Amino acid sequence: MDVILDNFDLFWQGWLRTIQICFFALLGAVPLGILLAAARVSPVPSLRTLAGGWVTVLMSCPLTVVLFFMAFGLPEIGIKGSYFWFGTIGLALYSASFVCEALRSGINAVPTGQAEAARSIGLSFMPSLGLVILPQALRSSLPPLTNAIIYLIKNSAIVGAFGVGHDLFAVADTLTAARGLAALPVLAGVIAGYLLLVLPIGRLLSLIETKVAILR
Amino acid sequence: MKTQSIAFSLILLGSLALTGCGGTAPAAAPKVEKQTFESGTTMDKLATAGTIRIGTKFDQPGYGLKGLDGKPEGFDVEIGKIIAAKLGIAADKIEWVETPSKVREESIIQGKVDMITATYVVTDERRERVGFGGPYYMAGSDLMVKADNTAITGPESFKSGGLKVCAGVGSIDGDKLKPHLADPTNQLVEFDVLSKCEDALRTGQVDAMTAGDSILNGLAATNKDTYKVIGKPFFVQPYGVGMTKGDTKFCEFVNKTLKDAAADGSYERAWKETAGKDIDKVAQLPEPAPCA
Repeated sequence: MDVILDNFDLFWQGWLRTIQICFFALLGAVPLGILLAAARVSPVPSLRTLAGGWVTVLMSCPLTVVLFFMAFGLPEIGIKGSYFWFGTIGLALYSASFVCEALRSGINAVPTGQAEAARSIGLSFMPSLGLVILPQALRSSLPPLTNAIIYLIKNSAIVGAFGVGHDLFAVADTLTAARGLAALPVLAGVIAGYLLLVLPIGRLLSLIETKVAILR
Repeated sequence: MKTQSIAFSLILLGSLALTGCGGTAPAAAPKVEKQTFESGTTMDKLATAGTIRIGTKFDQPGYGLKGLDGKPEGFDVEIGKIIAAKLGIAADKIEWVETPSKVREESIIQGKVDMITATYVVTDERRERVGFGGPYYMAGSDLMVKADNTAITGPESFKSGGLKVCAGVGSIDGDKLKPHLADPTNQLVEFDVLSKCEDALRTGQVDAMTAGDSILNGLAATNKDTYKVIGKPFFVQPYGVGMTKGDTKFCEFVNKTLKDAAADGSYERAWKETAGKDIDKVAQLPEPAPCA
């Protein structure tokens, strides 16, 4: 406990950094995931193929490979940027494919009759998706979406290892390797930090879930 | 016919000698001495067992780097061999255990190793949990930049913010550089291994990298036109021999062994064959720290 209290400032800074990574990654991953899901169910074959290919490639690629490409591949071909953005964008691109698949499962859960009804009152693809299908799909995809978001938070620890650093998990390295503190209390602090992040978000999302639940 | 075969043998011998020079010739093994120790001491235990487990790094060029033959090579490794030899343990009886920075204290406390030579910087914080023999070398945290860089002249160059510096994650160099940085979160980039820092420096993702001076000098010597070392160490790093806390007798034995090695030249030879190979700096055995 002393280890955590004595180094509270470092843990706090790391926690904020982790939140920063997660916030920007989510900001990219959710809209991109919605776009990908829309493309995957769209009537345009080329869009479907493109989005399907994207999702397949990124879902089958380990996150470390994606991040390695961002951090070491891009500078090699002359694209320079901060490691923070390389890592965060990499995580966003990777997580977007999981958000997309979570949404698609929700879209598939909307009865076909809804789409037919939307079309029969004269709505074209975009309005029927935006006004009829997605609002219903979002509700039923909340549980898998929650999973995708929690995975994103945990994956931020991997982003930290690709030159981003100073996140909650990197704090453990500083304290154990550079300062030689015992690993167990330090790791306990790190775990507490992630729990404080994941539990409220999980709770919030399940509250929303009960709030927006519809009976069919 | 006879002259031909002689000429051929000469060529063969010559090429053998050449390859011998080009590759890393195995360091002359320290003389193994059999001696008896006071019973109950760590020395007695190890000498009786005839084997020792030494923790070192497997990825630190010049200090502890595991080659294709599976054996680690470097200055740390040679120091380990010198100490083992005094215990009557030959180099091939040493069991090398990989101990990256963050597991060193745990490896000692959990008894996974008998001692550690792994660019292990002695600090008061670490002394709370483990003991140290030596130090056997005084390194300094330094900076390395691209050869054409004029913006960075020392740690104070980072005060204005903007410039980025790379360090090994959890390295003491990065930790000690933090107070010199205006914005550590964005200026200090950390990677698990230094080769990634070198990559980031080469591609211009960072402006400098920090590590022990002899590590940087080694890198700069092999890439003369690419990098230069600033040469203003901002933190002195005494490399010690890690051991169980409170093992005063073993600590005294290590200090005596190091002193003897410095006297008979094996210390300097170990340095010149490893970390000191490409650089001018000659290692001097520092004054030993008290063992209490």
